[in-house]
Amino acid sequence: MNRSVLPRPDLERPALLDVHNVSRLYGPDKGCQEINFRLHAGEVLGIVGESGSGKSTLLRVLAGLEAPDAGHVAYHSANDDTLDLYAISEARRRALLRLEWGLIHQNPRDGLRMGVSAGANIGERLMALGQRHYGQLRAAGQDWMGQVELDPGRIDDAPRTFSGGMQQRLQIARTLVTRPRLVFMDEPTGGLDVSVQARLLDMIRTLVRQLGLSVVLVTHDLAVARLLSHRLLVMRRSRVVEAGLTDQILDDPQHAYTQLLVSSVLTP
Amino acid sequence: MNALLTVENLHKGFVLHGQGGTALEVMHDLSLELRAGECLVLAGRSGIGKSTLLKMLYGNYLARRGSIRLHFSDGPLELTDLPAHAWHPLRRDVIGYVSQFLRVVPRVSAVEVVMEPLLARGADAWDARTKAETLLSRLNLPERLWQLPPGTFSGGEQQRVNIARGFIGEHPLLLLDEPTASLDAANRAEVVALIHEAKARGTAMLGIFHDEDVRSQVADRLLPLDDHLMAKTTHFPGQPS
Repeated sequence: MNRSVLPRPDLERPALLDVHNVSRLYGPDKGCQEINFRLHAGEVLGIVGESGSGKSTLLRVLAGLEAPDAGHVAYHSANDDTLDLYAISEARRRALLRLEWGLIHQNPRDGLRMGVSAGANIGERLMALGQRHYGQLRAAGQDWMGQVELDPGRIDDAPRTFSGGMQQRLQIARTLVTRPRLVFMDEPTGGLDVSVQARLLDMIRTLVRQLGLSVVLVTHDLAVARLLSHRLLVMRRSRVVEAGLTDQILDDPQHAYTQLLVSSVLTP
Repeated sequence: MNALLTVENLHKGFVLHGQGGTALEVMHDLSLELRAGECLVLAGRSGIGKSTLLKMLYGNYLARRGSIRLHFSDGPLELTDLPAHAWHPLRRDVIGYVSQFLRVVPRVSAVEVVMEPLLARGADAWDARTKAETLLSRLNLPERLWQLPPGTFSGGEQQRVNIARGFIGEHPLLLLDEPTASLDAANRAEVVALIHEAKARGTAMLGIFHDEDVRSQVADRLLPLDDHLMAKTTHFPGQPS
């Protein structure tokens, strides 16, 4: 026998999101333009760049919250339909956000209802899927509080009585309780103390692996991007200037701007 | 057996935009062949950038020119133009890497750091833990450290966590960047034993070892690199700079 016996691994994953020539501009080079990429199932794609580079605008367009001026976003849904995100109705887009996607905001106040209990915050998304059984909703709430390392005994407390890090973990529990296929995260560890950040990063990594999530992650923190993302898009002045494997972008950046970005941080 | 990995006429350079576009050539016309069950050791002066080759094979560095091919049972796969999304499954299943330093994930315990390559493949958590503990105990990492994050460990302790993480996945191709650099004699011997076991399973290995004694015990062949590598601070004679 004179041939390799090494079986070829399956290197392809089904596509989840196809982004074609998307532009959304507020002014010259403000917003995002000519964005093209494909997100595969099980991938964590990081979008990095400075404030004002357009990464949050792009995330809003991808998440169905802001129509692009040009281009389109195709989502390959759980039942194998391909949906042109801005050709379908507003109601259908909202249903996607409720049923198949999750959105984690930088500020937990934008993703939580601060006045109602932690348990109700978690149960609300399940109720939107049609679950009505009080005992099951409460059990799911307690289970998920445990998964994000919150004391399940505080299920009846309102999030406004929680610290910032606890609120962010509650937002993650609220978002993931419905087992979304695709999660959009906007600076999920921004604005938190470093020790709280480390705990949250570890938690997000573990949940992504265990639930097989696909994620689009916006962050300006290259260390966060290195820990969480498989692939990176680097944005500058509304355009993607470099894209590739996370390790390659950070260890062998090709574009002048990426080189500047990487050489400017203390620990990428 | 035919080659598992073929590298042909590989060139690597860096263009430093921050320094007026200075172009540095660091690798020049390198070729090699590696078979299953073979350990090829990179030889050359210290500081000339031997890690560069490992980083290119692992996708961290882009090749300027040349070819890197893995040979699967149904044909070759070219790595120099592999799409970014394919690297993740390729690293998970085929190419393992023991880097010189452990990239510490905050708050994750040593045993979980070691388990991760198996968990990423969907392995049973109990099995993964058992294998991780077996490796850590072979490498003489005190049991009281297993549940602690390695961030505060000594260099040698971190290196052993790193080695256990590198070997647990039993990848068919394993890249070793000075895995014995900060280890004492007993642990060096354990790493040599791990390498011999990997060879017996048919693992192809490419490694950098500064320790003469370890090198002579593990190397099937040496790959001389002095004519092909240049430190980033120097230039090839006769090459335009």
